Amino acid sequence: MSTDNVLLTMRDVRIDGYSDDRWHHIIKGVDVTLKRGEILGLIGESGAGKSTLGLAAMGFARPGCKIVGGSIEFDGIDLLGLSSAELRRLHGSRIAYVAQSAAASFNPAHRLLDQTIESTVAHGIADLETAKQDAIELYRDLQLPDPENIGQRYPHQVSGGQLQRVMTAMAMSSRPDLIIFDEPTTALDVTTQVEVLTAMRTIVEKYNTAAIYITHDLAVVAQMADDIKVLRYGETVEDAPTREMISSPKAAYTQSLWAVRALAKPPQPALDTILEINQVHASYGKSVKVLNDITIKVPRGQTLAVVGESGSGKSTAARVITGLLPQLEGEILFNGSALPRALKNRSKQQLQSIQMIYQMADTAMNPRHTVRDIIGRPLNFYLGLTGAAQDQRIMQLLQLIELDESFLDRYPDELSGGQKQRICIARALAAEPELIICDEVTSALDQIVQEGILKLLLRLQKELGITYIFITHDIATVRAIADQVVVMFQGKVVEQGGKEEIFTPPYPAYTELLLSSVPEMDPDWLTQLQQQRAEAEA
Amino acid sequence: MNTPNTPDGSYSASNEVTQVKARRSVLQNIWRTLKTAPPTAWFGMIVITLYLTVALFAPLLAPHGQAQVFTMAYAPWSDEFLLGTDALGRDVFSRLIYGARNTIGIAVATTLLAFLIGGSLGLMAAISRNWLDQVLSRFVDVLMAIPSLIFALMLLSIFGSSAINLIFIIAVLDATRVFRLTRAVALNVVVMDYVEAAKLRGEGLVWIMRREILPNIMPPLVAEFGLRFCFVFLTIAALSFLGVGIQPPTADWGSMVRENAGLIQFAEYDLTAALTPMIPAAAIALLTVAVNFVVDWFLHQTSGLRDEH
Amino acid sequence: MHPVLTTIIQRLGLGFLTLFVVSIIIFSAIEFLPGDFGQAVLGQAALPETVEAFRRELGLDKPPIERYLSWVGNVLSGDLGNSFSGRNASGVDRSRDVWTLIQPRLANTLFLASMTALVAVPLALMLGITAALYRNSFYDRIVNASTLTTISFPEFFVGYILILIFATYFKVFPSLANISDSTPLLEKIYRTTLPALALTLVIVAHMMRMTRAAIINLLASPYIEMAQLKGASKAKVILHHALPNAWAPIVNVIAFNLAYLVVGVVVIEVVFVYPGLGQLMVDAVSSRDIPVVQACALIFAGTYILLNLFADVISIVTNPRLLHPR
Repeated sequence: MSTDNVLLTMRDVRIDGYSDDRWHHIIKGVDVTLKRGEILGLIGESGAGKSTLGLAAMGFARPGCKIVGGSIEFDGIDLLGLSSAELRRLHGSRIAYVAQSAAASFNPAHRLLDQTIESTVAHGIADLETAKQDAIELYRDLQLPDPENIGQRYPHQVSGGQLQRVMTAMAMSSRPDLIIFDEPTTALDVTTQVEVLTAMRTIVEKYNTAAIYITHDLAVVAQMADDIKVLRYGETVEDAPTREMISSPKAAYTQSLWAVRALAKPPQPALDTILEINQVHASYGKSVKVLNDITIKVPRGQTLAVVGESGSGKSTAARVITGLLPQLEGEILFNGSALPRALKNRSKQQLQSIQMIYQMADTAMNPRHTVRDIIGRPLNFYLGLTGAAQDQRIMQLLQLIELDESFLDRYPDELSGGQKQRICIARALAAEPELIICDEVTSALDQIVQEGILKLLLRLQKELGITYIFITHDIATVRAIADQVVVMFQGKVVEQGGKEEIFTPPYPAYTELLLSSVPEMDPDWLTQLQQQRAEAEA
Repeated sequence: MNTPNTPDGSYSASNEVTQVKARRSVLQNIWRTLKTAPPTAWFGMIVITLYLTVALFAPLLAPHGQAQVFTMAYAPWSDEFLLGTDALGRDVFSRLIYGARNTIGIAVATTLLAFLIGGSLGLMAAISRNWLDQVLSRFVDVLMAIPSLIFALMLLSIFGSSAINLIFIIAVLDATRVFRLTRAVALNVVVMDYVEAAKLRGEGLVWIMRREILPNIMPPLVAEFGLRFCFVFLTIAALSFLGVGIQPPTADWGSMVRENAGLIQFAEYDLTAALTPMIPAAAIALLTVAVNFVVDWFLHQTSGLRDEH
Repeated sequence: MHPVLTTIIQRLGLGFLTLFVVSIIIFSAIEFLPGDFGQAVLGQAALPETVEAFRRELGLDKPPIERYLSWVGNVLSGDLGNSFSGRNASGVDRSRDVWTLIQPRLANTLFLASMTALVAVPLALMLGITAALYRNSFYDRIVNASTLTTISFPEFFVGYILILIFATYFKVFPSLANISDSTPLLEKIYRTTLPALALTLVIVAHMMRMTRAAIINLLASPYIEMAQLKGASKAKVILHHALPNAWAPIVNVIAFNLAYLVVGVVVIEVVFVYPGLGQLMVDAVSSRDIPVVQACALIFAGTYILLNLFADVISIVTNPRLLHPR
């Protein structure tokens, strides 16, 4: 037992991971100091090692990883020197873990309440009845609906946001000294995220629990953490108190992370319409309608952002435009003439003019085709190019997307995330289209890479006059790239208009909810929002 | 170490961290993979090569003809008849060698036919995913509801046992399993965005099958070929053993076991005689074990299971 | 109605539909017989009128649907027709009723299968689960290599090895498993030991491998890692977290292998000359005694379908998503 305030000390921690028949260095000497009741935000891009470091703070290494150096001290106890039985005594009692995917982390065969209090009872911290009552109180604190009975449900009967809060209750049940939150809100919609963040922060403050909050979202970490540590390629880039880091980041990398959100496209007046969606209804099979009386006008040479959360119908709209999902009613006019509903009825010309770029570049490219094949095929298929002419055009396209000829013979698994998405953009450009539908193309990318892609898209639009329909759920991206905005909710269009118009109050109720739920870089934002909403309800 | 920031601090896409694999020739790749193979896989590959050689060069290797009858039946092992003669006075050793050619040949032909039928139907079902898929899947479900050995027995009793009938019947019955696997594996690929991208381009069905789907489903199909071969091989051996498979005088390992099974009871007097019917059975087992070892290793390579280290 | 019940009823309906279609296939087998089979059965010396009378007896002059319906009717009332054997050219019919042929054989086969299952199933489950738990240990590697070898052996090879060692060289068990209704139980078990052992070796290998794969698959789930991170002991993780989710895959493995048992029994019965249904069917196939073949096929197929149906129902009943709908 240590007497001072320091709870967790990690010194020069080194962790290796095994992949491709070799051991790689994942964490290369990182120090962490955490005091009781303090929240440390751990941010970095994917692959920076945040999750691995978070698990190491518990003394845990996933299969395929091993801790090869350094020391990890929890409350004076050397975690690396403990036997597995002793380590297990700490897990679920003094150190708890909240995983990213609540749906996958709950056992589908047991009730929520049983799983919530399981480790508390197993470690002898409380008896069954006390633990149960306490769990119900925790559910209440976390703002879960029907706290008395929700514990009787099974994981699949409860929504994602609610499950994440139950997982927080499960972690809190044994009153641990330290909780590790591993990207807990990454998979949630922004309106759900706000509720979960509020709930988490309230309860961590109430019981004065120390926490490590892992995320890649800067605005979120600004709300939750007292200190922020930035990780990159397994090393610490910068480590400072939150307010200090937000207002004046020192390292160049940190500064570039912050700068991403500053991108904003100046608005332009609308010209004529390239695509019109008139009173379209669509559904999958005979079930519920996914699109209900949608009318959208897409201005030529500009970017129309379609904003909505999961279930809003924005991706379905894309499928209807491309002809993958023939609409039930209504029509779609492209350059004034009606597009045939089904894909197979469209002409090559029509198919060529509308191209699509996908969210996950990993699955958008055939892993057995080289870059040359991927970009070359549309050139061959639509424009009939072969041989030297084709190669020349491929080189031009590569230059357009800011890559060089060394990429020609690479396979997709030899490219980074940003490079993959650029190749997909080149593939779309190869067809020389008039309209490109970008379906959440930056959502799966890291912040800096996102900025690069957005800048590229804007430049291409200026040079080639392409129209974009940009589907996204991220408001910052909309500000960065859009001229016109369409807000969708549950298959209906809530409003459509110019960017400035949409982002200026007064808002329809859903837009209000959506915009206000987007976290901002101000550490006090969440507190202020809570107050606002409490006042509004009173 | 690559960093996306060029010396002047700005971002450059081509400098992002990636892992480019070294480019090697096909032979170099094969040699690298072979070097990491465990001893069981090596054993398997050597055995398979041995069997294939015997099967191909049977007429050159066998001392006598497969149906050639000599005067002495049930002769003991000797220099002239390495494994003795059987009930009709035919040389067991020569029949063993010809048996390799006949049994393996029929098994390979059957497996190829099963893959042709099952594989192409499975691909079509996965791509169309409409009424064709439903009809084929239901049909296959029904066929698979009857145990294949029983079904084969029934069909053989009606159509008679000839090599051609055997090949067709077992190929059709086995094609059901190949159909199921091809369909499942192809379905995993069909839902990928790159297949949808190809459809959006306007690519035809054949192009999508050939260039998008097929290259990505080869590993599980190759493994399945090995497993199906084993199953077909064992089934044909079992049917021949039961007397309804390959008919005499064609040399076949399964029927050889049956013909000489009576010798087992002489174990305490003449062990070699008792072992005579066991040798063709052991030959069947050895090849199946070898193929199973190789397929097991292949699956381990391609699935990339993460184990404790 | 509760979704579990509807799913079960749907599945049962599907099962019976499959049985129905399979019966049509088995029945229509007779359609494909070459035209002169009547001659082949009765022998060369048969007169055309005798052949004609034979064909009429089989009802081959009536339309197919009528024949199928009367066949089904007969089957359901226990009349499986008469065997082809025992008829001769002169028209004298000493053929026996198929059911009287089958009944004692069926009892014997069920006895052999039960004996095997009682030993094989618990053994295979235990081996498979422990191999999955101690994955890649020395024990696991040995078990894996030996089962891979055993499943590669043809069943008759296993049978004859056992005969060679335990019946001929060391005379512990009899090599011919001759039993009948009158044999006392202990004697029956003694005589059936060797064939049951042969079957067990084959079945255990298959079942163990499939169980191991199913458990390994289960142990890779995220909620298992979560349980470990909550500090649960290894035993608790297995018994409390993994097992409730393991019923469905394990039952499927068992049912699949019991169905396999139904088929493997055929070869083993021939090796040990065991008076069971398998041997009857093989003999009938050799002599092209179609009614017997049809009846045996129907029984085997029916058992197979029922076992798979049982496995599916258990999977449905142990699925928490179906038991507790939204």
